[in-house]
Amino acid sequence: MNTRDASLTLFRGGVLGRLSDLFYRRPAILLALLLGPPLLWIGVVYVGSLLALLVQSFYSIDEFSGRIVREFTFKTYLELLRPSNLDIVLRTVLMAATVTVASAMIAFPIAYYAARYARGWVKGLFFIAVMLPLWSSYLVRVYAWKLILANEGVLNWGVSKVGLSPLVEALLSLPVIGGPSLTFSYIGTFLVFLYLWLPFMILPIQAALERVPVSMLDASGDLGARPGQTFRKIIFPLALPGIVAGSIFTFSLTLGDYIAPQIVGSSRLFIGQAVYVHQGTAGNLPMAAAFSMVPIVVMAIYLWIAKRMGAFNAL
Amino acid sequence: MRFNRSGAPRRLKLAAIAGLLFLHLPLVLIFLYAFTTEEKSYQFPPPGYTLKWFSVAWERQDIWDAFMLSLKIACIATGAAIVLGTLAAAAVARTRFFGREALSLLIILPIALPGVVTGIALRSAFDIASIPFSFWTIVLGHATFCVVVVYNNAVARLRRTSPSLLEASLDLGANSFQTFRHVLLPNLATALLAGGMLAFALSFDEVIVTTFTAGQQETLPIWMLSELVRPRQRPVTNVVAVFVVIITFLPILMAYYFTRGSETIAGQGK
Repeated sequence: MNTRDASLTLFRGGVLGRLSDLFYRRPAILLALLLGPPLLWIGVVYVGSLLALLVQSFYSIDEFSGRIVREFTFKTYLELLRPSNLDIVLRTVLMAATVTVASAMIAFPIAYYAARYARGWVKGLFFIAVMLPLWSSYLVRVYAWKLILANEGVLNWGVSKVGLSPLVEALLSLPVIGGPSLTFSYIGTFLVFLYLWLPFMILPIQAALERVPVSMLDASGDLGARPGQTFRKIIFPLALPGIVAGSIFTFSLTLGDYIAPQIVGSSRLFIGQAVYVHQGTAGNLPMAAAFSMVPIVVMAIYLWIAKRMGAFNAL
Repeated sequence: MRFNRSGAPRRLKLAAIAGLLFLHLPLVLIFLYAFTTEEKSYQFPPPGYTLKWFSVAWERQDIWDAFMLSLKIACIATGAAIVLGTLAAAAVARTRFFGREALSLLIILPIALPGVVTGIALRSAFDIASIPFSFWTIVLGHATFCVVVVYNNAVARLRRTSPSLLEASLDLGANSFQTFRHVLLPNLATALLAGGMLAFALSFDEVIVTTFTAGQQETLPIWMLSELVRPRQRPVTNVVAVFVVIITFLPILMAYYFTRGSETIAGQGK
């Protein structure tokens, strides 16, 4: 069937048959038919929207009338560089970085156990246990932490049962990360983000670890390496692309979230909240658009670094 | 010293189990709170247990309206995603063409970029094009990020389906449509079903993009969000939360069931 010689092809009858022959002789037509609808959709709806976003960010708002002035200007971007806005950016990036590091530390043992030791139904159980929270119930999972962190909630109840209440109070009295209660502090926001994005870190690390041959670990042990050395010199470097791949998700998702910090957190804004506030109550769509360029730029830089570290080869 | 193949070190096992408990205990708590008799706070342990809130939630018309709207949107968005995702996957998996890499990147972009970016992008496009918010603007947003899920599942399956199966079918006189119907579709079916299930779960409880593309429409997640920001009847919210967990967990479990053990390549058996 490798030959394209039409004389060898048995011509098929009927409209469908003739169409099939056409597809066979001219694969480009079939390709165009296949690609048309999704390209139209993604191209018009999504890329078009992103372009609209870019255009919108170069508009500005008339401060007196509150109407959007549809003329090209850098005014909105200059406003973005105000110290209060830069604070929001810095706060969000720091939170994203902290969440990423913490989730990598918690995800690693789970991924390692699932990749190396879990077999049969246990492995399936691990997979489902990670998949379920990854795909669903985002809002419910944020809500769960409102229940947990409430003053009268389960965390304070458990902490006071074991007599650790002074520790929580000490944490909350810390500058910056503390606050009046867990629900209204960065500690709370951090816990929610960590909980929300943890599954996104586990799966890529597990995928990377599945590919580490056991014989390599045996060899390391045979050559006299202690378990700690094997971890530092073999396992960790081979898992690193997986960690970087997972961090793309944890980083990106934290940068763009505006619901979790609104429900559990202090009144100081994150980037996502700034976008939401500007487009909603303030009606300043150009400012919201300019603000949403920040996560796009940060993610572009991040992806570029990740690519150089070989994270995409691991996927 | 041999690497221990049989048993995991106890500390690793404990850390792994603790991690999984961290992922799931909060959801167990939601179930517990759906039965509490306490109305005004999140008191733990609950002072008493009751089934009352389930019947209260059942009687609420606003919850039913929100639920039906979410269901409709999820179904239409999933349908659109299955068609578009499959077409894109078929094109990318089978042929080489100019811009192929760019297309696969483009399709993944809606979930690679933060949801708020997708949301505000659609919002500013609707603004510039003067499209009023409606049921269909929500569907448009949802379908855009649902395509990825179906696409990923379909591409993975197509890569594992041997091309010789299709060639054999064509050689034996079937036309392209018969080949699609009798050879390709049976091979793809479970992957599409799994992708569709995941897309449904994703759409059903999506809130970040929806808040930017919905006008007066209230989907179930938007209803929940407004309850979280300004609680009116907390136990009813708890019941709805339990309901959302169940209705999104079921399709994911089904998706897992449909795709498990599909590592073998069809048409490559001896």
